[in-house]
Amino acid sequence: MAAGLGSLENPAQQDYEQRLVQRIRDGEHEAFYQLIRPYERRVYAAAFAILRNEADAEDCAQEAVLKAFKNIRQFRAEARFSTWLIEIAVNEARMRRRKERADLIEPIEKEKNEEGSYTPRDFADWREIPSEALERKEVREKLAEALGALGQIYREVFVLRDMEQMSIEETANALGISAASVKTRLLRARLMLRDLLAPGLGGAWSSQLSFAKGTKPW
Amino acid sequence: MVVRCEDVWREVSNYLDEQVTPELRAAIEEHLRACTRCTAVVDGTRNVVQIYGDERMVELPLGFSRRLHRRLEGNVSGTRRSFFGWLVAAAAAILIAGGFKAARSSVLGRPALRSEHARGSSHVPPDMMVIVAEDGKTFHVAGCPFIHDKASLRTITAHEAEQQGYAPCVRCMKKYLDPGAVALSDGPVDDLAASEDPLRTSE
Repeated sequence: MAAGLGSLENPAQQDYEQRLVQRIRDGEHEAFYQLIRPYERRVYAAAFAILRNEADAEDCAQEAVLKAFKNIRQFRAEARFSTWLIEIAVNEARMRRRKERADLIEPIEKEKNEEGSYTPRDFADWREIPSEALERKEVREKLAEALGALGQIYREVFVLRDMEQMSIEETANALGISAASVKTRLLRARLMLRDLLAPGLGGAWSSQLSFAKGTKPW
Repeated sequence: MVVRCEDVWREVSNYLDEQVTPELRAAIEEHLRACTRCTAVVDGTRNVVQIYGDERMVELPLGFSRRLHRRLEGNVSGTRRSFFGWLVAAAAAILIAGGFKAARSSVLGRPALRSEHARGSSHVPPDMMVIVAEDGKTFHVAGCPFIHDKASLRTITAHEAEQQGYAPCVRCMKKYLDPGAVALSDGPVDDLAASEDPLRTSE
């Protein structure tokens, strides 16, 4: 462990953050640096998930952090600071996305089957321990590519829940959708990613060659 | 209760999030024992959750922190630090970077770590009994759906698990893990630390 901050337990962490917020409200603005430092990566990840562009995501993350500073008085003590900060980043990113793509017609076909059941397309066995796979750059690239291939509504839910480790309720609040929608989209996102990744990462190409994509092997 | 393949596919996400009733969970596990297709779906979905939940998935662009702080200073009046403030911050950064380096180099002196994240930094009670798989990298509470290889499980204390280089499962041990700890533990404390990490590239 490199720094002391992370060694505090959850309630203590929240307490510590609450005190920092109070100091900032009392005019000690420098304390804000301490408050946001552990979350810089998460703010960027949320923005990147929506904007899919490094430079835009960085600018958006900066803007979100700045907004958090300016609106620090609106932060409620019962919330987690990280959740509040990421909600700001999500809103900022969505606003930018809408602005940038106002003249484009959003593809609707990706969302039309949202409520329908999802049938896995591929049954490749994926036994490799994921954390080992992550050591390889080409694997990380494939993972980023697969995530980018998801429809926006699925990617947002997946990133907040599985990458930002937010709860179903926190994800629902951040995106302004119901908990049921979060669960439906999350299921679909996870299964789609598995379909995209299992054949390659499972290393089972040879055994799966007889099954064309989209057909059932039974 | 008997479940069909379609039921497993519909519930796999809730199953992994432990949001199914004990009856449904038992029925799914019974089905999995006999169905290789559904086992592949559940294993693969578990891998997806695990692999994307790893913080190495998100790579901050080099210089991100520095630019963020510059933007904050430039925009927020009254946030400019005093000379003394900067001195304290610089000293803290040096200490943190030093600690980071020391943490990395001390790894060499210890038994090989199974996981990058096994740094003995969690707050899992040391006496708590946990489950580890022989070729796994993480330790879990009994029954966690993220236990990988169910064939070679051992029950040991959390302290022993950490000593042996296992890292706490981010799911079942979540309440013991600090939300900021992941970002702090090997996040780019400054750009120096980021550029020294061979895993981190900025593509």
